[in-house]
Amino acid sequence: MAVDAVEHRPKATSKVAAALKDALGTALLALGLAVPILALRTEQDMSNELVLQPRWTYVAIAVLAAFAARFLYLMAPRISFKRRSLSAPAGLGRVISGVLLVLLLLYPAIALALVGKAGAIKWIDNFGIQILIYVMLGWGLNIVVGLAGLLDLGYVAFYAVGAYAYALLATSDPVKEFMAAWLGPNFWPLWAFWICLPVAGLMAAFWGILLGFPVLRLRGDYLAIVTLAFGEIIRLVLINWVPVTGGYAGLSSIPRPSFFGLPFNASDEGFAAFFGLEFTPLYRTLFLFYLIVGLALLTNWVTLRLRRLPVGRAWEALREDEIACRSLGINTTNTKLTAFAIGAGFGGFAGSFFAARQGFISPESFTFMESAVVLSIVVLGGMGSQIGVAIAAFAMIGGTEILRELDWLKRIFGADFEPTQYRMLLFGLAMVLLMIWRPRGLVSFRAPSIFLRERRMVRSDMVKEGHG
Amino acid sequence: MQATPVPLLRVEHLTMRFGGLVAIDGLSFAANRGEITALIGPNGAGKTTVFNCITGFYKPTSGRLLLSPGDAVSEADVAALTASGRRFSGQGSAEAFLLERMPDYQIAARARIARTFQNIRLFPGMTVLENLIVAQHNALMAASGWTVLGLLGSQRYKDAEAKAVERAKYWLDRIVLTDRADDPAGDLPYGAQRRLEIARAMCTGPSLLCLDEPAAGLNPRESGELTVFLKSIQSEHGTSILLIEHDMSVVMEISDHIIVLEYGQKISDGTPDHVRNDPKVIAAYLGVEDKEVEKVEAEIAR
Repeated sequence: MAVDAVEHRPKATSKVAAALKDALGTALLALGLAVPILALRTEQDMSNELVLQPRWTYVAIAVLAAFAARFLYLMAPRISFKRRSLSAPAGLGRVISGVLLVLLLLYPAIALALVGKAGAIKWIDNFGIQILIYVMLGWGLNIVVGLAGLLDLGYVAFYAVGAYAYALLATSDPVKEFMAAWLGPNFWPLWAFWICLPVAGLMAAFWGILLGFPVLRLRGDYLAIVTLAFGEIIRLVLINWVPVTGGYAGLSSIPRPSFFGLPFNASDEGFAAFFGLEFTPLYRTLFLFYLIVGLALLTNWVTLRLRRLPVGRAWEALREDEIACRSLGINTTNTKLTAFAIGAGFGGFAGSFFAARQGFISPESFTFMESAVVLSIVVLGGMGSQIGVAIAAFAMIGGTEILRELDWLKRIFGADFEPTQYRMLLFGLAMVLLMIWRPRGLVSFRAPSIFLRERRMVRSDMVKEGHG
Repeated sequence: MQATPVPLLRVEHLTMRFGGLVAIDGLSFAANRGEITALIGPNGAGKTTVFNCITGFYKPTSGRLLLSPGDAVSEADVAALTASGRRFSGQGSAEAFLLERMPDYQIAARARIARTFQNIRLFPGMTVLENLIVAQHNALMAASGWTVLGLLGSQRYKDAEAKAVERAKYWLDRIVLTDRADDPAGDLPYGAQRRLEIARAMCTGPSLLCLDEPAAGLNPRESGELTVFLKSIQSEHGTSILLIEHDMSVVMEISDHIIVLEYGQKISDGTPDHVRNDPKVIAAYLGVEDKEVEKVEAEIAR
């Protein structure tokens, strides 16, 4: 053994040489990619003719960067995450989640203190509400993908169903007239959101079951393709059913949520006047922020509870081994359908909140890209872990939002540099890095739902990904 | 042992075809209540296919699979049930199930037939205790008010869960895995995984336990322990056992009744002593004399 170890240990020089060789290969690959992508750019000149503009410096930079990155990666000391105590995170996790929750609840106050009223609206809206919508979507999809192990590439369909269910119900004339006749003209615009929120969730859950039925027999790639198609079908219906959905134009003037009957406007019956405050649009943003915090926490609470109920355990058992489930008398059809329905239901809640927050929706908000983003949040979060999904959503959505704020980069790269154009690139880069270091997501252990003596975490290499 | 054996499971004229291949050809046998019945035969004889038909993972091409856990089922009841097109009939001791009509999960849940698999199928990423709790899914599901009451934190569910844990603890004790209750099932050594799979099947409270090669891959000491364990399941819980096994020492020691299959057909059926001395069985296992090969080939061709 000892002799072997000595003989096989590579010498320092040969390690550098091997790394250089490998990095050279990477650089060649980068060159091959960079030439067609970066080397030539077509631009219109004065007379509207296209001229080729060579950009060989860009190619050189890309190749050098690839070379350096690969070389440094190979030379860097290996960090191993594997050998770690597995019984620690239980108590630690609770502390971390507690701290994060307090920070979350104080976030608007912090934003107000740091950037003042005018700036705070943007920060609370773009960062707080936007991220929390994705946290909620991630938690909803986590039930289907993380717990039940059913790969769903069309989750955005349920988000869309929720949004359109609310928008269509709230703006529909017959409903308005019916409500006006029964409960007075002011009732519906004020209460539409609160009444439609559960309806939108139920509607999305219903569509979840509708999707569930045909895909029950499918697994793996086949399931993924059908759910992908389902997402596209919903989007195409929204685009083409113009009389109902307005097509590309979408639906506008969707009623905003009220503070339990008090609208957020400058009128005498408004929220500000009622509480004797000066009117500012900040109140609505604050209210929306705490509303989505509440909805997301509800999703989390329900999911955590469900994991300790037979249905949640059956989802996880289904992910581990479907045949064994059936041999134990678990009706896998119902189990899959409940996973689809409950996951979709939360997507629907998030959708109706989205519609109420924007006041306008169109099919452009429900592209496949959204499904991909939510799915990558779940995958990056890892192991059906709730906290992992929240952190992944914060990193991914917060990260792309922060790119909008990086105007100072223009001073380095020139005035045409638009940082937001690079968000997908960075997105991909982050994904690749995480998959290298954390192939099973940020949180690479599973917390058991019940224990006899001690809650010991289950290592990720034990846990199955599910078969579809 | 009972003086007059009462059949618990009756397999009648079971045929299973996969395309042109006849895996089981008109097989009939009975597994008696309270007995350990073994299904043996050379590789490819169709033993696992019989299991898959009984537990609903395959739909048999033809034949009747009748399970009658009680003793109040008359031939007339069975005939009426068969003619009616229903899947099961009766209550309490008059229950009768036609397994060929039932989907797999219903066979496990209603007819209470539990099974294990040739290649162990645990839930490797769940803990040992969780594996045993998942096995009690249907009882817990009812206690949780189909999730609604459980979600609201009802006491009834908490009590039911505590009871399920007690039952799991009992079985953990029996298979000597209490110390590893909170470890992932996939982490257990092979022999312990085999035991856990049997304990998980027993947690469903089965009337018939079907074991597909429970001693495969066990060392002689472990198979000895398995023999004792299976005997105790039979005597203490009154559970009838149907097993497939290649380890003849296990089979001969624990079986009350042995059925020998070859090429999808029954070649012998009886007590261990009877089977051990049956020339057809000896021929199937040890090969046959030249003169008899032609006879056997002629039979197969037929």
